[in-house]
Amino acid sequence: MALSQTEVLAGLAELVNDETGIPVETVELGKEFEADLDVDSISMITIIQNAEDKFGVKIPDDAAAGMKTVDDAVNYIVAAQG
Amino acid sequence: MTSTIVVTGIGATSPLGGTARESWEALLRGESGVRALEQDWVAEHDLPVTFAGQVKVPATEVLDRIEAKRLDPSAQLALIAAREAWADAGEITDAPERVLVDYATGIGGLWTLLDAWDTIKEKGARRVAPMTIPMLMPNAAAAAISMNLTARGGARTCVSACASGTESIANAIDHLRSGIADVVICGGTEAVVHPLPIAAFAAMHALSKRNDEPARASRPYDVDRDGFVLGEGAAALVLETKEHALARGARIYAEIAGGSVTSDSYHITAPDPEGSGAARAVIEALKQAGVTPDQVNHINAHATSTPVGDVAEYQALERVFGDRVREIPVSATKSATGHLLGGTGALEAVFTILAVNERTAPPTLNLENQDERIPLNVVTSPLPLGDGPVVAISNSFGFGGHNSVIVVKSYDEN
Repeated sequence: MALSQTEVLAGLAELVNDETGIPVETVELGKEFEADLDVDSISMITIIQNAEDKFGVKIPDDAAAGMKTVDDAVNYIVAAQG
Repeated sequence: MTSTIVVTGIGATSPLGGTARESWEALLRGESGVRALEQDWVAEHDLPVTFAGQVKVPATEVLDRIEAKRLDPSAQLALIAAREAWADAGEITDAPERVLVDYATGIGGLWTLLDAWDTIKEKGARRVAPMTIPMLMPNAAAAAISMNLTARGGARTCVSACASGTESIANAIDHLRSGIADVVICGGTEAVVHPLPIAAFAAMHALSKRNDEPARASRPYDVDRDGFVLGEGAAALVLETKEHALARGARIYAEIAGGSVTSDSYHITAPDPEGSGAARAVIEALKQAGVTPDQVNHINAHATSTPVGDVAEYQALERVFGDRVREIPVSATKSATGHLLGGTGALEAVFTILAVNERTAPPTLNLENQDERIPLNVVTSPLPLGDGPVVAISNSFGFGGHNSVIVVKSYDEN
């Protein structure tokens, strides 16, 4: 069953926390991964790899490259669940 | 005039303890850090050797979770040892550009490399972690130390198998004497207690197979020795010139009076049977230290507990010290720690520094029937080294014919 936007956000926040130590509550819609959360490019790749496993979706490199904000990632994953 | 180089900070995480002090005290108590491996992979791969010297305090219990995640175990241990040595050295206010790292490993990020290989086979190329290369590269430990301690005078990596750790200390002496740095953090690390190196070392019949008695397996000079015991861990030293140390009021453990590097040019794994390369390393280090063989009164031997290697080292020592080799107190501390490969010379340097500083030679475990071909004065319980000057050497030899020796002298304030 497809997860809601809220559920995907919560799951993504856990992945961000696991990779970077950033508190889950600061991973919010409207924030940019690099500018606001200080997630570097290598951490971002790992988070996306782990998101593919966690949510059972495929995130091609070009889609990943376009994920600047938390919204970008959450919305892509929600849509990709089909 | 050649500068006097002193050691002002030490750190270690080893099979005997999570710090230099804990490791040293356990060594003096005669404890062994060699234990049966409890990991599932031992049975899974039907390993011929089922024990090793694993670090007593896992790195993940010391480091922050996120910090540990970005470092291979070898760099994790290096960072722990280097931070301890740095803190132990007291306040250092030099410009970061004058602080240099010369840090060794024999193999590097083996766990990271092999985990990534498992990932590509099981999950495909897209699942290989982006941190794989920066974690597996052999300079990762030196880089981590440089970044964490803000050392910008260079972060060098010395790789010479089991001589690596000692060679990095010899290099550090050169860096200080040449004037390119005022403070050098040196040492070595290794963390390859993994099925592949165990299988590979066992394939060359280098490892002890005393699976039923792990703590008795590393037995240098004993007639029943049957190979070395794989160990893991790291150690680090902070070195500086005596003038620099005195100017900042630092506590001085000992002088690192000389350090040498020679090569056998003989065989990729076997030691030169006449020990000439090893002997030259001892002679060169003593010459650099300005001492004669007659002044040496403690030896921390390489002594891995292999049937051939222990004899070859003895022959080298006999070439240098003559009949007096039978009198000098010799400690073979791999009997307690196992063989830390690229980290071993650094850990043994820490033990030699503390032996000199505390005027006590540490014990050699498991010597029950001494090989008559090796008539050394082997220390089997802590031995006082007297009130006079202490001059000690620590030897390391590695596959490839690498030989490195350092000379540690007691520090005389006058």
